[in-house]
Amino acid sequence: MTTASGGDREPGTRRAQVEMVHAEGLHKSFGRLEVLKGIELSVAPGEVLCLIGPSGSGKSTFLRCINHLEKIDAGRLYVDGELVGYRQHGDKLYEMRDREVCQRRAQIGMVFQRFNLFPHMKVLDNVTIGPMRVKGESLAKAAERAHRLLERVELADKVDAYPNQLSGGQQQRVAIARALAMEPKLMLFDEPTSALDPELVGDVLDVMRKLAEDGMTMIVVTHEMGFAREVGDTVVFMDGGVVVESGDPRQVLTQPAHARTRAFLSKVL
Amino acid sequence: MPKAPPEPDPGPLAPREPNAVPPGTVASKDQEHVIKAVPVRHPGQWVAAAVLVLLGAMLVHSVVFSSVKRGTTVEGRFQWNVVGQYLFSPPILRGVVVTIELTVIAMAAGIAIGVVLAVMRLSSSTLLSSTSWVYIWFFRGTPVLVQLFFWYVGISYLFPNLSLGVPFGPALVHLNVNALVTPFVAAVVGLSLNEGAYMAEIVRAGILSVDEGQVEAAQSIGMRRIQSLRLIVLPQAMRLIIPPTGNEVISMLKTSSLASVVTVAELFFAAQTISNRTYQIVPLLIVASIWYLFITSILTIGQYFVERHYARGSARPKPPRLWEKLARNLFSVHPLRSGSPPFGDGTGAAPVSPSGAR
Ligand SMILES: Nc1ncnc2c1ncn2[C@@H]1O[C@H](COP(=O)(O)OP(=O)(O)OP(=O)(O)O)[C@@H](O)[C@H]1O
Ligand SMILES: [Mg+2]
Repeated sequence: MTTASGGDREPGTRRAQVEMVHAEGLHKSFGRLEVLKGIELSVAPGEVLCLIGPSGSGKSTFLRCINHLEKIDAGRLYVDGELVGYRQHGDKLYEMRDREVCQRRAQIGMVFQRFNLFPHMKVLDNVTIGPMRVKGESLAKAAERAHRLLERVELADKVDAYPNQLSGGQQQRVAIARALAMEPKLMLFDEPTSALDPELVGDVLDVMRKLAEDGMTMIVVTHEMGFAREVGDTVVFMDGGVVVESGDPRQVLTQPAHARTRAFLSKVL
Repeated sequence: MPKAPPEPDPGPLAPREPNAVPPGTVASKDQEHVIKAVPVRHPGQWVAAAVLVLLGAMLVHSVVFSSVKRGTTVEGRFQWNVVGQYLFSPPILRGVVVTIELTVIAMAAGIAIGVVLAVMRLSSSTLLSSTSWVYIWFFRGTPVLVQLFFWYVGISYLFPNLSLGVPFGPALVHLNVNALVTPFVAAVVGLSLNEGAYMAEIVRAGILSVDEGQVEAAQSIGMRRIQSLRLIVLPQAMRLIIPPTGNEVISMLKTSSLASVVTVAELFFAAQTISNRTYQIVPLLIVASIWYLFITSILTIGQYFVERHYARGSARPKPPRLWEKLARNLFSVHPLRSGSPPFGDGTGAAPVSPSGAR
């Protein structure tokens, strides 16, 4: 378990070297609307961090910052010891080129609430296109891995289907396979089961649970408190653009220290 | 366990089709569920059809048999023999080839220009997007005919010599614009630049129709912008781009006849040249029209297959086969069956859409 709060905090840069994700005083605004107001948060390698919080609290925005889909305005954000979006030479920060940003993104998997599979491609092509086009892998190698991953998410028989021939749960599992095909060191999940019919949620959570057991570092925005309790190493409660409370799931979900956390949990549980 | 429903429950794993045979019922009983209803009659349609058939017969009769007395001989007003004489004559066939060349080259260039303009227009750079806006504003706002004249006459008048080289510095290549801009080149340039403006709007609408999540998903696996455009966005935009583009091709085929004013020997020019010599105006107009209709029909069939290709993976049922579509258009009486897919969804993506001329 890691939290960014507390007096025994190591100097930021040293912490940043050992953590998979490390955010310090992270700010992000959309125009005049300040969405992230100083996020402090760390994720250790192999850790599963579940991010909960009311709608509009900035959970998705934070995930998108990690993947550099949004530019941060202030603070520092490190992934695997490296600054996101900037290069540091001495005291100066240089904005990264598109090419470098893409190379970094390729090492971070992301799974979306609405799956976002490529509808004009078969399942197999959805999974192979990243390795082939981004990493320049051969078709044989990419297809071999895709088959293996699709077997792992129990969709080996769907390789030739188009996404809209699949159920939501199946689509989301393909989306997970697509992200894993890039062999990421970090996986981001943005409410992966919120768009699913209740009976399909279990299959997706099972895949995520197995992934966690295999040691993948994961940040999961979720409303599935059961999953957070069983699989999460840490639960972070965000509200109003700041981390209100974080810690062991059993602790945070059953005996929250803050009134805002209690109020939120009483609504969702 | 609640009270058993009147029909045995098929269980959660059974397929939930409206006409599925519930277990335990005999197959013949299922027949009673098929709706057999007397379809609504449309007497008005029958009257209208009869009137149209009559008018059509009169038209055909006059086209084929109407005749005119010239001195002692009686000849057909439409001079079908003259039509037959020139339909496959070498100058007309050469004109057909030039028309096809003009259409293909101008359309290909127009699509390329359109894609570039559309991407510029959607760019976050104000300079790029406003440049694209001005281009579209200008070329859509002036007549093609004027543009063609401009490229043919105006350009060599304004810039008789063109030099390529260092800006404000020494020139490396000198070009004689008069020699370079042949009528064909002027027509291709004029038609392409004009078409680019129309295609830009079509491509832009197509790109905007693709869900933003698609770009995000592409970016999240590390794709560059240009890759996500080429591999993810444009292929999906195609479904919306192709039907209007098909209309643009057909429109271009006909607009290319304007190239005759800058003396390009395309189909209409060839027909005119002959009729100027022989005074057989109507038969040669018919010759040209037959060729335009023929090429349009070929294009329509081509469009149908391209649309089918890009419809793959779509949620909607595949577009009906060509003959199904034709049959449906001709005979509007369907057997009443529950669960038949809806036809004519009004998206304008009909495979054999009536090709609207501008
Ligand atoms: N691109 C954007 N432009 C302007 N405002 C935005 C943008 N993206 C998000 N916001 C705003 O930022 C705030 C936080 O949004 P965010 O999506 O991060 O919340 P969230 O915690 O993920 O909520 P939810 O649980 O509903 O997904 C919201 O008020 C939202 O309206
Ligand atoms: Mg969200």
